[in-house]
This record gives sequence, C-alpha cells and structure tokens, in this order.
Amino acid sequence: MPITQSDIEKVAQLAHLELGEEELKTFGSQIAEIVNYVEQLNELDTSNVEPAIGGLTPEGAKTDSSREDEVGGSLGQKIALTEAPDPASGHFRVPKVL
Amino acid sequence: MSRQTVEFSITAAERLNETLNAFLEIDRDGALRRAEEIEKSGNAGPLAGIPIAIKDNLCVKGLQTSCGSKILGDYHPPYNATVIDRLLKAGAVVIGKTNCDEFAMGSSNENSAFGPVRNPWDTTRVSGGSSGGSATAVAAGIVPVALGSDTGGSVRQPASLCGVVGLKPTYGRNSRYGLVAFASSLDQVGVFAREVEDVARVLGVIAGRDPMDATTADVPVPDYTQSLTGDLKGARLGFPRALFGKGLDDEVKNAVESVVDVYRDLGAEIVDVELPNAGYAIAVYYIIATAEASANLARFDGVRYGFRAEDAPELRQMYRKTREEGFGPEVKRRIMLGTYVLSAGYYDAYYRKAQQVRTLIKNDFLKAFERCDAIITPTSPTPAFRIGEKVDDPLAMYLNDIYTVTANLAGIPGISVPCGLSSERLPIGFQLLGPYWSEAMLLKLSHGYEQARPFTERPPISAS
Repeated sequence: MPITQSDIEKVAQLAHLELGEEELKTFGSQIAEIVNYVEQLNELDTSNVEPAIGGLTPEGAKTDSSREDEVGGSLGQKIALTEAPDPASGHFRVPKVL
Repeated sequence: MSRQTVEFSITAAERLNETLNAFLEIDRDGALRRAEEIEKSGNAGPLAGIPIAIKDNLCVKGLQTSCGSKILGDYHPPYNATVIDRLLKAGAVVIGKTNCDEFAMGSSNENSAFGPVRNPWDTTRVSGGSSGGSATAVAAGIVPVALGSDTGGSVRQPASLCGVVGLKPTYGRNSRYGLVAFASSLDQVGVFAREVEDVARVLGVIAGRDPMDATTADVPVPDYTQSLTGDLKGARLGFPRALFGKGLDDEVKNAVESVVDVYRDLGAEIVDVELPNAGYAIAVYYIIATAEASANLARFDGVRYGFRAEDAPELRQMYRKTREEGFGPEVKRRIMLGTYVLSAGYYDAYYRKAQQVRTLIKNDFLKAFERCDAIITPTSPTPAFRIGEKVDDPLAMYLNDIYTVTANLAGIPGISVPCGLSSERLPIGFQLLGPYWSEAMLLKLSHGYEQARPFTERPPISAS
C-alpha cells in the first residue's frame, strides 16, 4: 500500500514532531523506500512462529527481578529539578495545557 | 604513576581533538584530581589509575550526557550509570565523554549534532558508528580502553573501521541503568581496547546482575583473563560460506578468509554452518529498533530536562517545536518510521512479523551452535568509507550493519578483532559470534589470533 502525504502528516502528529514541508516530503519518500524494503519479510511463512518478545536469554527470563518493597534512597525534589528547563516552586512548569 | 598516565591521555585528547573530534567533553581537572586521589589512597583495584573514555550516552555524574543531540545539550545527569560506578570502584579514571551518532543512531558518526568523528587512519573517512568517538580515542592511543553501546553493531563496526578490538556482550550481561535507551530489547554496553586482555579485564569489572536493570541475568561472572590460554586446539569455528558473497569487498573477504586459515593452523576445526534467515536481519532490525526508539524517545519533550523550544505558548505546541528543533534528521526519520510501524492497523504486519522473523534468526544461531563454539564473519562489508559518501541514502547506510545486527536480534555476544589493512591502509576487522554467555570463549579465540598475528600497525594520527 503506497504511503501518502497525509499518512506522513498523521505519523508526524502521533510522534509529536512539527515537521516542515521539505522534511515531510523527504521523509515521505525515504520511509516509503524503507517500508518497501522491509516488506521482503512477507516472503517468509511465519504463521506457526512465536514472536521473540522481550529478547531475553533463557537465563535472563529465569532471573527473579522482584524484591522486597522497601524504602530506598532517591534523588529528592531539589536534585531532580536541577536539569529542568523551567522549574517553579518545586515543580516542573509547562505552558498552558488548555 | 597513575597521574602521569592520566595526564598523558588528557593532553593527547586535547591536542588531537581538533583533528579527530572524538571528544565532546574532556575533564582535565576532575580526572587529574581523581588520579591523585587514587595514587594517595593506594587503590589496588583491577583498573587502578587507568584512563578511560565514555560514550556520551552513558551517565557520569558531574559530566555532560548529550547523546550527540541538541535536545539534551548540556544535560548533566545527577547520577552514575551502574557500569560507571563499577569502573570507578575498580580505580578507573574517566577522562571525558566521546562523540557519537545522535542517540546512537548511525553507522558513521555523521549523525552527531556536534560534527562527525574523523578516522585516525584517514581523516577524510568515517570512524564508523555509533560509538565512533570511543573507537577513535582507543585507535589513536589516547586511552587504552573505552566504553560504547551496541544496538546493531555500534561497538563492533567502529572497532573494525578504526582497527581496535570491540566487544558486545550477551543481552543481560551488563547493566544498562544510566545508559540512555535507544532500543531496549537490543541495547548492550560494550568495551573497546587495543588488546583483547584489556577487554577481558574491563568486562570482568562491569558485568553482572544489577537490581536497577531487570534485564540483567543472574549468571556468574568468571575471571575472563583466565580464559586467555592461547590453546585453541579442538575449538570448533563455524564458517557461514553464504555470508561471504554479494556486497562484500574483495579485500575484506580475503582478509577474513586468511583469518580462518590462521585458526586452522592454530588447531581449530573449521565447520560449515548455515544461517538461512540472516539476509532478513536488516529488515527485522529496522522495524524493531525504530519501533522501540519511537517509544523510548517520547520522553524528550522539553519538560524535565534538556532543551525546550521558545515561543510555544501551548503545551502540545511546545512538545512539537522542542522535538522538531532538538532532534536531528536521522533521529526524526527513525521516530517517524517507528511510529508508522506501530500505528493502528500496522502492528501485526510489521512489528509482530519482525519479532517472528527474529525468532527464526535466533533459532538459526542456536542450531549452528550445536556444531561449533563460535561463528566467524566479517564485521563490516567494507573498510571505512568517505565522510559524506552515504548520507543521502539511509537504506545504503543501514546495509553497513548486515553482519552485526544479527547478534543484537539473537541476544548473543560478538567481538570484532583487527586482522590487517587494506591496500589504502584502512583497517579490516573480523567478527566472532558465540552462544549466550560465551564471552570467555570469544575472548580466548580472539586472544589466540592476536597472539599469532599481532596487529601492530598504528594510525598516522596518534597520541605517541
């Protein structure tokens, strides 16, 4: 199925990217080319193949990652805010939402 | 002693950076202070006083972590990655942060927002990527060891193009806590060094279970240096003949086939193996990696850290403008592709299909490893190409990763080892792939080759 300009615009919206006209055009044709390339996977019959979800080794899958629910250390509010572009009164401030 | 070594590294890094652009930050004062502390304290850790360079997508407290991106800019993480904590405890001295493709996306380092790294063998050529700065820093003799990350070959491929050793361990061998995530089912922290023994030493320090990364496995960490015995008799080396065909540079082909002969002379048995689905690996990789990246990079929105666009009075507009201005073209392209393959109605056709073919690729390896201890391939189909040569053709660039992405898809370890120079005096590397947790075997085989055919050539741009 060909990828249309409006498909690309919709994807940019979903991805929270405000792409310019030029970018929409270039990405449109490049993504179409890459999608066309990856469609070679359809040559393979995978109807009876389990997807490799997670990518873990058997040993990794067996490793128990749960722990006791105990209070540990944390960065704390002050340090956590040191890299924020616009912190205010102990919070992350953002532009108006509505 | 350690102060002198560290001083040498820092001075070399500073002096060569204008030519190579390998470092994004050099921490002269901090590194010298730490070297002195280590001397005074008598720290006898396995890496006491060893200068080390760290890819700029691994968090080191007090230094920047830009990921080669404008969107993180001069972000200074308030904590260390687990692998960094372990290096520091062992006595290592971080001298700086190395340049890389933006968010580790690239095979040439041309996607860094801070300019490409230059190959010390020929500065008109790429270093490889994405961990090009780390590979170059080791190749130019600035540091003996460096860390990178490998999602589809980002340690092994630049190691090959720069003429150094580069290891990507088994998925779950190292902690990724404090590594900025690209594709979480593929990412792994890897090690660069000139010599296999140094890789073994550093891996022994950083490997192992970390409660902060649930994907690390509870598998004992051996003393990897103990495996470097030089005795390769009876080792079985798999030779996937079909991968030595179309698209492979003749000089690379000949060089890697000569390596097979060396292994035979060293007493290894060469067995033919097949990886029938390897040809699908790039397609699988670029679906899975971009899908995961589109989710992981959603966090960069100008709220909690990094860059925020100005003149955006409304929240969604601020997200969009920040990401549009903060990300470079390759990162946007991959976020777009990943968003597309995950979007409603396409998930089964692309992502699920790719994960199924991933199973087939993994099964190919499991089957091949019933007959051999490791598989040999080239690392990269060509030696280093020229800067600018492939930037306009993303698909051609992706095909550079043909030999390396399979290891990330299967979760197995891989190592690239230098095996000579091309007629243009550019390094060529071969790759060994092994079963899960076979790092000791891969290091043993690499070390055996290195002893038999030491790579003693040095690049024209060099620290000493």
